[in-house]
Amino acid sequence: MTLTKKDIQNLGSLARIGISEEEAEKLTPEIDSILGYVGQIKDAVGDVEKRVSAHRNVMREDIPTNEPRQYTEDVMSNAPSREGDYLKVKKIL
Amino acid sequence: MIDIRNLTIKKARKHLDDKDFSARQLAEAYLEEISKVNTDLNAYLEVYKDVLEQADVADKKIAKGEISPLTGIPLAIKDNILISGKHASAGSKILKGYIATYDATVIKKLKDEGVVFIGRTNMDEFAMGSSTENSAFGPTKNPLDKTRVTGGSSGGSVATVKMNGALFALGSDTGGSVRQPASFCGVVGLKPTYGSVSRYGLMAMGSSLDVIGPITKTVTDAEIVFNSIKGKDEFDSTSQNEEGINNKKTPKVIGVPYHILEGGGMSKEALNSFKESIQKLEGLGYEIRDIKLPNIGYSLAVYYVIMPAEVSSNLARFDGVKYGLHIDGKDLLDDYLKTRGEGFGKEVRRRILIGTYVLSAGYHDAYYNKAITLRQKITDEFIKMFEEVDVIVTPTTPGPAFKIGEIVNDPLAMYLEDIFTVPANISGIPAMSVPAGTVEVDGVSLPLGLQIMAPHNCENLLFEVGKKFLGE
Repeated sequence: MTLTKKDIQNLGSLARIGISEEEAEKLTPEIDSILGYVGQIKDAVGDVEKRVSAHRNVMREDIPTNEPRQYTEDVMSNAPSREGDYLKVKKIL
Repeated sequence: MIDIRNLTIKKARKHLDDKDFSARQLAEAYLEEISKVNTDLNAYLEVYKDVLEQADVADKKIAKGEISPLTGIPLAIKDNILISGKHASAGSKILKGYIATYDATVIKKLKDEGVVFIGRTNMDEFAMGSSTENSAFGPTKNPLDKTRVTGGSSGGSVATVKMNGALFALGSDTGGSVRQPASFCGVVGLKPTYGSVSRYGLMAMGSSLDVIGPITKTVTDAEIVFNSIKGKDEFDSTSQNEEGINNKKTPKVIGVPYHILEGGGMSKEALNSFKESIQKLEGLGYEIRDIKLPNIGYSLAVYYVIMPAEVSSNLARFDGVKYGLHIDGKDLLDDYLKTRGEGFGKEVRRRILIGTYVLSAGYHDAYYNKAITLRQKITDEFIKMFEEVDVIVTPTTPGPAFKIGEIVNDPLAMYLEDIFTVPANISGIPAMSVPAGTVEVDGVSLPLGLQIMAPHNCENLLFEVGKKFLGE
């Protein structure tokens, strides 16, 4: 494995995690050695017959099961920033 | 005076029903003990203010004869399980101020029985760690030796039971987070079959691996709690009520995969203690068989691909918009980068980056798809082996509790702590750690654990072997 500092910063931007120069420096060898360890799975030989998972999608009718506004205030009061019943974020355009 | 040191759920049930003491008196005894020891050990992050009110409700139930197995029993809850109206932080700064808006299914089941929730317990941030040192609120100290870790990630939950701060606790186990700390503190920790206990209301870490499990003083108590929290739930589509293949069978043959001990990094003392446990099982009449699980050695590597992949996806929800911490940046993207960069701790950031890497274009086949294939292979090997043996035993961990600060800066060394516990999560089978011997380190006697594994949905085999082993 040869990850570079730039790779780490790119992963950070994909994952929306701000990473300082200094931290990227530290993380590069750490993540490199972890990927080196998990990379041993590439050596495993033999294939398995692909099975369909035992899990199935569980469907239900799209009917509200709670009263209108039953949870609205509880949910909204957790928001860092709100305007009435809207979550407030910065403009994106 | 209630002798909480020797109390179990089973004994407390009898005392409560016989009116030897009330649920309120019992809760008071625990609160008093907590006030003496918790500040130092840092097991509880919060002790609830309504403990005695809950106990009064339980006493009314008992007076009316509305008694369930856990009515009036005080317990602790890991900080990643939601209780409506209570704070939940998962040991993270990013959930600052978050109040749960609903009850997890396990909480609802326990409330219906009239339990007494004492408080929420410390943990590695989002359950990522094996020592509880990754908590944003400081490590939990081992009640047996305060210079050592409790293990993790359910370290706070385990410590509350060991320090007599609760009669039992709930934890969550994604790669060993109930069993490994139970082993470090000398208590019983059960990781049930994947899907046998609903995950609804448990903050997701690795959704295909996570399961909620009890931490107790005895195997009998673990069985009581498991029976109260298990069952299919309409809010968790992976939950199930299936019957195990060997549920009616009396376990006779125990498999030991001796070949995995070689790569486990065990000390001579820990290995000797494990051998003594095997002799004890032999003495109890079990037939011991040396078995081979050819691909089990890949389990930890498989786990550290699948789990971070799921982590990177599950933790995308913490965006500083819906709840918790928000750090303001110059635009929306900068809000995300700052909130997640500063809100998540080091280990969480590390795992999200690894998960992002193994799922990214060009690496997905080599890592994630290969890991999924191997996971199935390992699972198949377990299922096939259980045609020959009834249960499989290994040590729970390579050694006893290590010192606080000893390996926290070496992530790979910390990951290797999980080497014996992850195979059960990879394959979804139930596993339980029971106290099994001690080793002397620096003049302190530290406990070790024996891990027992059984086929899917055959928890009863674990209980039977575990009870015999502990003489219950």
